Amino acid sequence: MGKYIVHDHNDDGLDRRGFLKCMAWAGTGIVWTAAGGLFTSKTLGALTRDRLAAGAGPFTFVQISDSHIGFSKEANKDVVATLREAVNRINALPSRPDFVIHTGDLTHLSKPGEFDTLDQVLKEMKTDHVFFVPGEHDVLEDDGAQYLERHGKNTLGHGWYSFDHRGVHFIGLVNVVDLRAGGLGLLGREQLEWLERDVKRVKSSTPVVVFAHIPLWTIYPQWGWGTDDSAQALSYLKRFGSVTVLNGHIHQVLQKVEGRVTFHTAMSTAFPQPAPGTAPGPGPMNVPADQLRRLLGLRTVDYVQNRQALAVIDSTLA
Amino acid sequence: MRPLFFVVACSMFLFAASGPSRAQTQSAKTGSDSSTITIDNFTFDAQTVTVKAGTQVTWINHDDVPHKVVSTEKKFSSPVLDTDGRFSYTFTAPGTYEYFCSIHPTMKGRVIVR
Repeated sequence: MGKYIVHDHNDDGLDRRGFLKCMAWAGTGIVWTAAGGLFTSKTLGALTRDRLAAGAGPFTFVQISDSHIGFSKEANKDVVATLREAVNRINALPSRPDFVIHTGDLTHLSKPGEFDTLDQVLKEMKTDHVFFVPGEHDVLEDDGAQYLERHGKNTLGHGWYSFDHRGVHFIGLVNVVDLRAGGLGLLGREQLEWLERDVKRVKSSTPVVVFAHIPLWTIYPQWGWGTDDSAQALSYLKRFGSVTVLNGHIHQVLQKVEGRVTFHTAMSTAFPQPAPGTAPGPGPMNVPADQLRRLLGLRTVDYVQNRQALAVIDSTLA
Repeated sequence: MRPLFFVVACSMFLFAASGPSRAQTQSAKTGSDSSTITIDNFTFDAQTVTVKAGTQVTWINHDDVPHKVVSTEKKFSSPVLDTDGRFSYTFTAPGTYEYFCSIHPTMKGRVIVR
């Protein structure tokens, strides 16, 4: 075990006993820990190099977010084109992703034509499956009935579910429905009870990936960037050795490590939003046309067997 | 509508400058039968508006994203207001009416009807 301690020098808040217990089965993961657990803003070329260096991993999946089909304001007058660029990037990945996760705000106004356009573009994507969770823009009119009809079949409640893929447990949560005045995102009691039951059957050594639209950590409550009852949800995940939380909503990459949980928000494929507190409000940010694609992007996540942490790589459309 | 916003903005400024409390911002047309609340940067421009019973209050969304004005006690609810969308509701009974944006619930406001 000595070699693990040698590398365990960064002040990352990990409980050492828990960490060692965790690493005992994981075997490795030192690179992740020593680097603080954050892999950011690499180009796809770098991704390929990393892949070669690490050996081919068992699987890759991709996260896209906030496509806002139907938006046509100054910040991006052609969100279909930028979504298509993201799809082309996915299709050009060195290895085909097993699936793609869209973390919500598929549409801008929940209109049937917007959902149709999204479906058409996503059909061009070379992957086996697309998983969704709704954003608040997808449930505007009917408490999300249309969203459920199109993308939430075989899910529970307002669209939550879990699945297992090659040794990783994935959980899709909904925190955009039945929001309370003055509050943030909300999971609600029914979903929390389901989550508690869902993870009971999962071994603590299983890597867990949780995805939801609104961040599950409080980033900037003044702009609603957080989820009121996320702490309750995370309490059910405390015993797991590796929890990766993937969110959208804030149209920019922010990351945080808290014990064995890593939180990541993703770029949008449609338009950027300002960094927390740097503008009067969180609305679409207008940038010069030649800079837009530097602020839009997608995320690739690599899972390497016997390595506990997942490698999260964000790349822009530039 | 620009002149009206100017009036609203000025009246807010004057009120803020004249007293320690900003809770009781009068509507732009005090004493008339209509009042306007604009939405800019995820904020209701007058978070508290005081009107006479029978006043029609109109919300106008100036943001690039949709908002939805919903009574906390479910007394009224707007459709989704896209950019420049507006919604009117006539307050007939005196009382305090809290509302929020059901899409962005940190956005809150209040209409006091006398």
